[in-house]
Amino acid sequence: MRETEVAAANRDDAFVVFDRVQKSYDGATLVVKDLNLSIAKGEFLTMLGPSGSGKTTCLMMLAGFETATHGEIRLAGRPLNRVPPHKRGIGMVFQNYALFPHMTVGENLAFPLEVRGIGRAEREARVARALDMVQMGGFAARRPAQLSGGQQQRIALARALVFDPALVLMDEPLGALDKQLREHMQFEIKHLHDRLGITVVYVTHDQGEALTMSDRIAVFDDGVVQQLASPEELYERPANSFVARFIGENNTLPGRIETISGEACTVRLADGALIDAQPVNVTRAGEATMVSIRPERVEVNPARLPPGAHMVEAEVLEFIYMGDLFRVRLNVAGNSDFVMKYRNAPDAGRLAPGSRVRIGWRPEDCRALDADSRTGGSAAPG
Amino acid sequence: MAEATLTGPTALRTANGTPLKAALARASRRARLRAFLLVAPLLLFIVVTFVLPIGQMLHRSVHNDAFSAHMPALGAWFAANPRGTAPDEAAFAALAEDLRAAAAARSIGTVGTRINYEVPGTRSLFTSTARNAARLAPPYREALLAHNPDWGRADVWAAMRGASSAYSASFYLAALDLRRTPEGAVVRVEPGQRIYGQLFLRTFVLSAAITLICLALGFPVAHLLATLPLRRANLLMILVLLPFWTSLLVRTSAWIVLLQGQGVVNNVLVALGLVPEDGRLALMHNATGTIVAMTHILLPFMILPLYAVMKTIPPAYARAARSLGATSWTAFRRIYLPLCAPGIGAGAMLVFILAVGYYITPALVGGASGQLISNQIAYHMQTSLNWSLGAALATLLLAAVLALYWLYDRLVGIDNMKLG
Repeated sequence: MRETEVAAANRDDAFVVFDRVQKSYDGATLVVKDLNLSIAKGEFLTMLGPSGSGKTTCLMMLAGFETATHGEIRLAGRPLNRVPPHKRGIGMVFQNYALFPHMTVGENLAFPLEVRGIGRAEREARVARALDMVQMGGFAARRPAQLSGGQQQRIALARALVFDPALVLMDEPLGALDKQLREHMQFEIKHLHDRLGITVVYVTHDQGEALTMSDRIAVFDDGVVQQLASPEELYERPANSFVARFIGENNTLPGRIETISGEACTVRLADGALIDAQPVNVTRAGEATMVSIRPERVEVNPARLPPGAHMVEAEVLEFIYMGDLFRVRLNVAGNSDFVMKYRNAPDAGRLAPGSRVRIGWRPEDCRALDADSRTGGSAAPG
Repeated sequence: MAEATLTGPTALRTANGTPLKAALARASRRARLRAFLLVAPLLLFIVVTFVLPIGQMLHRSVHNDAFSAHMPALGAWFAANPRGTAPDEAAFAALAEDLRAAAAARSIGTVGTRINYEVPGTRSLFTSTARNAARLAPPYREALLAHNPDWGRADVWAAMRGASSAYSASFYLAALDLRRTPEGAVVRVEPGQRIYGQLFLRTFVLSAAITLICLALGFPVAHLLATLPLRRANLLMILVLLPFWTSLLVRTSAWIVLLQGQGVVNNVLVALGLVPEDGRLALMHNATGTIVAMTHILLPFMILPLYAVMKTIPPAYARAARSLGATSWTAFRRIYLPLCAPGIGAGAMLVFILAVGYYITPALVGGASGQLISNQIAYHMQTSLNWSLGAALATLLLAAVLALYWLYDRLVGIDNMKLG
């Protein structure tokens, strides 16, 4: 409780508040465990997590299709728990769009206006405006079945926005699209968000999507927000090994803390090699840890590393040409899935499989995390 | 391919120069032949068991040669003299000749029955006259009239004229409560004899009522079936299908046990004091019995198509409507119900058509006021043996159902119907 009040005080513009929300479907297990979350007005917040992590349940509780077992959800200061979905005034884009198949595109868009008792003339004007907004001006007379997936996506978006909701929820809206279209739509949704100034709560399991679009990301696992941070923060400084593994590609090496002093520590790896790392949620020497290093932060050139940085021996297992990047699979301290990526620059050399190299990294790029993601460090949200 | 030939300036050809269309036809011929051979047994079965009997029935409703085949001389006289000609000596002579021949051939019963359909009570006129036909002597007019003055009745002669050609519409007239006057005009029969029109009307009204009740009762059940978790939905489905595993006769008899005057329902009502002992409700041998028992029997035919359609409606539609600001009633009326329409159409159509032709249940629990047209058809097929009238009634029923089907197609669209 106190925690949320602090968060809300910090953000006096808190628009959506989850206050100690718990959810159980069967009375035996909690799907959402003590969720505290404040979302600012105008923010694009993504709930990211694997399936079954509780993110969709949170969205459904916000929309009003599920009731919180415990705790309170507030929208603009108003408790929502007893407000039925149709009175919440929240726009929602569903996973498979849920466009009404027996209505035309125009009728679909007019539906929310019609049930609000808005007159025909204004209805038509607003439908036309919403269609133009998603560049679907000429499609009002079509049926949803006559549209492509991307077009249906736009219509679903327009329908969720046409009644000017202050909050829009999106439940994996791009899941059914192919990769190229998905990336295109990501930018389009992002631009709409910027232009309209609406608050968006977006649910996805695609971390690339989350990184591209969000102001902040709440990483869900096991009913708990593991970390709530900006994309950059999340990627650069994962709070625990779950987040490190879930966001982006990551190399992990098990080891034991050798020395620790404030902002730096050294870690003894399984094969006895010593490396530099930054302690995140480890506190004392001798503790088991899992260090994480991003593939693109691994260096083979000692000149680019700070003086005195430790380097480790590695064997090249595989070299893959990926166009803009080279991807090298290495065996480092017994981990044969250690990946290094470097840019295909004119001066970049190619590593032959079977050869041995020495690799290193800046201490701040290597994060010493808890040894097991499930035990420790469910970073407090808010 | 059609596109290619449409857009191309000339027909496309394969590599060796044969037209693409011909090559395609040859390539798919074997597959088509095999497909045809696979369905051929069923096709044959349908032709033998469905098309032929119905064709027979349609034919019989306009064709009856019971009179014309055995009374050739009189038939020739009717053919030579237009309607309205009073029967002269030649006519009576032909009649006497035919009666004599028919008596010898023992076919006079058939002839008498045929005329009896149209002028009740005349069968004995034919049989008794034929027994004495050998003793008839000219002038036949006087002789026949002396034997039985009924031979002078205009309606008997009109009926014989009508029956003298094997093909006639007289059974349809009878089925529509119409008759032909001796002068040839078509008029309605006396009010006391108008039974079929009323029966048709009752059949359609009761069927419509049963359909509506089935819809009202079946809709929530189908919705429950479509939304419950699989395990419980399966249990419910078994309960829905259970009646299918019990004999129709047993189920109808069970309703007799429940609904009769001393039956379970009445006993409970009396025991609860809701109904006085001497005021037991008449729940069967009337239209109520027919409606109750047939609703029970036809309910699965409503539930199954509804379920099949509801199963395909994602819950996200209702949620979307709610999130867009619709109350649950509006979401139901504007979104769920229209999406269920194909199932409602199919279920209602199925129940209605089955109800219109139902026979056993109304026969057992319907009594006089719960009888449907099919009971009358069965009566003519089995008891009165007026097959032609039965066939005419059945054909009218078929036509009415087809007309409804056409109407449904115009209003809702057949391709909008989903049976599963």
